[in-house]
Amino acid sequence: MKLSLGPIQYYWPIETVQAFYTQARDWPVDIVYLGEVVCSKRRELRLLDWLEIADMLEGAGKEVVLSTLALMEAESELITLQKICENGDFKVEANDMAAVHLINSRPFVAGPHLNLYNASSLELMRENGAVRWVMPLELSARTLDELQSGRPEGLETEVFAYGHMPLSFSARCFTARAHNVPKDQCELRCIDYPHGMPLQTQEDQELFTINGIQLQSGLPSNLLGEIDSLRQLQVDVLRLSPQAEGMQQIVTAFDAARKGEQSEAITALMAADTEWCNGYWHGEAGMLNVNAVLK
Amino acid sequence: MESVKPHMDLVCPAGSLPALKAAVDHGADAVYLGFRNATNARNFPGLNFDMDEIQQGMAYARDHRVRVLLALNTFPQPGHWSEWTRAVDEAAELGVDAVIMADPGLMRYASRRHPDLRLHLSVQGSATNRHSIAFYHDEFGIKQVVLPRVLSLSQVRQVINTSPVDVEVFGFGSLCIMVEGRCILSSYVTGESPNTCGVCSPAQAVRWEETPRGRQSRLNGVLIDRYRHNEAAGYPTLCKGRFRVGDEVFYAMEEPTSLNTLDILPELMKLGVAAIKVEGRQRSPAYVAQVTQVMRAALDACYRDPDNYQLQPEWVASLDKVSEGQSHTLGALHRPWQ
Repeated sequence: MKLSLGPIQYYWPIETVQAFYTQARDWPVDIVYLGEVVCSKRRELRLLDWLEIADMLEGAGKEVVLSTLALMEAESELITLQKICENGDFKVEANDMAAVHLINSRPFVAGPHLNLYNASSLELMRENGAVRWVMPLELSARTLDELQSGRPEGLETEVFAYGHMPLSFSARCFTARAHNVPKDQCELRCIDYPHGMPLQTQEDQELFTINGIQLQSGLPSNLLGEIDSLRQLQVDVLRLSPQAEGMQQIVTAFDAARKGEQSEAITALMAADTEWCNGYWHGEAGMLNVNAVLK
Repeated sequence: MESVKPHMDLVCPAGSLPALKAAVDHGADAVYLGFRNATNARNFPGLNFDMDEIQQGMAYARDHRVRVLLALNTFPQPGHWSEWTRAVDEAAELGVDAVIMADPGLMRYASRRHPDLRLHLSVQGSATNRHSIAFYHDEFGIKQVVLPRVLSLSQVRQVINTSPVDVEVFGFGSLCIMVEGRCILSSYVTGESPNTCGVCSPAQAVRWEETPRGRQSRLNGVLIDRYRHNEAAGYPTLCKGRFRVGDEVFYAMEEPTSLNTLDILPELMKLGVAAIKVEGRQRSPAYVAQVTQVMRAALDACYRDPDNYQLQPEWVASLDKVSEGQSHTLGALHRPWQ
């Protein structure tokens, strides 16, 4: 099984992003997804900056994929999308059918937001050039089992295996709303929240994470304990979603687990089972930790 | 110069046969409905149609020259694939005027198996821009697209000017603030979402509690809101709860409110919007009658003389009465809302 670094979902300063990927060059990840996937107002890095990082990572032997926005409304966003799709060097991850349309049958990765829930949809993507698909976040191992048996030839399967799950996108910016300012005057406040803003219930339960126009799960999804079933289901790639802190340990844990090795990183990541969830994988509410429930 | 389209279809919800009749009787141009199962995004207890009811409904609508659209707008999974393809086949046999669909795989099936079946892209298909619409048009020959409730008026204009197909927008009803089809908040908390089960914040997961601090609503155990005495309590839809961010407890996503486009009907008409959709298959026949009647009156006034269109206070009052939270908004159509 290969490991991938998903796109950074938060808004980090350019120096932080560059430092993150300089470190990632030496991590045991096989694939790196680069680019802005949440909000087009986040312009710390321009396409050329991303391409520079892409070249550096490709030089280090990584497969690089350029990720794209999941919600596009403005013409300027479509122009950027077109530039990315026509970059000529790197594969693109499509998170909206607009990207599939513009990719125009070149090889691409069908991202988690394309809503591919059945074999017919996978065939459609394969016909349009997809070489890999990322399972929708809310599907279970059991559904994946059924999907894998109907998977078209030449299509790899990737599963979101660690991180705060992107659950929804809106026209409204919830970070701006929390600061009581309109979206047009947001002053790019997301940059102050490298892990997003926690949203809790009135009983202090971690429910969601506010990340600009996106809401994420309050708890990170963690499929480290499911490596055996992921392998059995012939999953090709495990996606680890970049976190502002502790990412190296997460990568180390998954790398050890895929090799069947023991590691302190695994123990550390599996501890505190009230702090992560795996419900979707087990066909339950996504927020649940089935391991904790079984205790 | 923008050309003024002479007509916008009024598309009304029919969650039951009485609701369908209410819509037809009060001036709908088309009604939309679903089978009584998970193949549509309003799979709520006690709603929707079996075959016999659909046939009765279609006969009634046809007698009044009203079109019938069938929503098959959830995302089938492998274990249940044949239930969805059977629904597509039945829609074709019934001869409905169009099928409203979201799943790309199912649209592929429908366009191949029933090339004459008219396809509309559901709001659950998440198409918010011209390239996405072009994809569905090129692949499946869709004839109409329902836009997610995330676009501003100028963005709607841009889509209409560049879309290869007719554009339908939501005109009235509960307000989804997320891109429809790309929101799984509900399954994160309850295990069931619009995409997978045709439900959002499903009723069986709701619990009401009376406590010394007031009334509380829970969804699968998660506290959604807490109400003061005498405060009106709304259905605990996840995105309309009061939550804590930092030190503040507030409607972190959205207040309970309804979308209402009465204010801007002439603008929508001038933009070339082909159809206006009323949300609410889960609502009563009385709601459908009231909203259809007001929207019909407003559309007729707008059609007669768009430049001198004036909002009638009784329209607004009558719609606010049936609105969620008894208040309304233009939502994303009005930029400052965002």
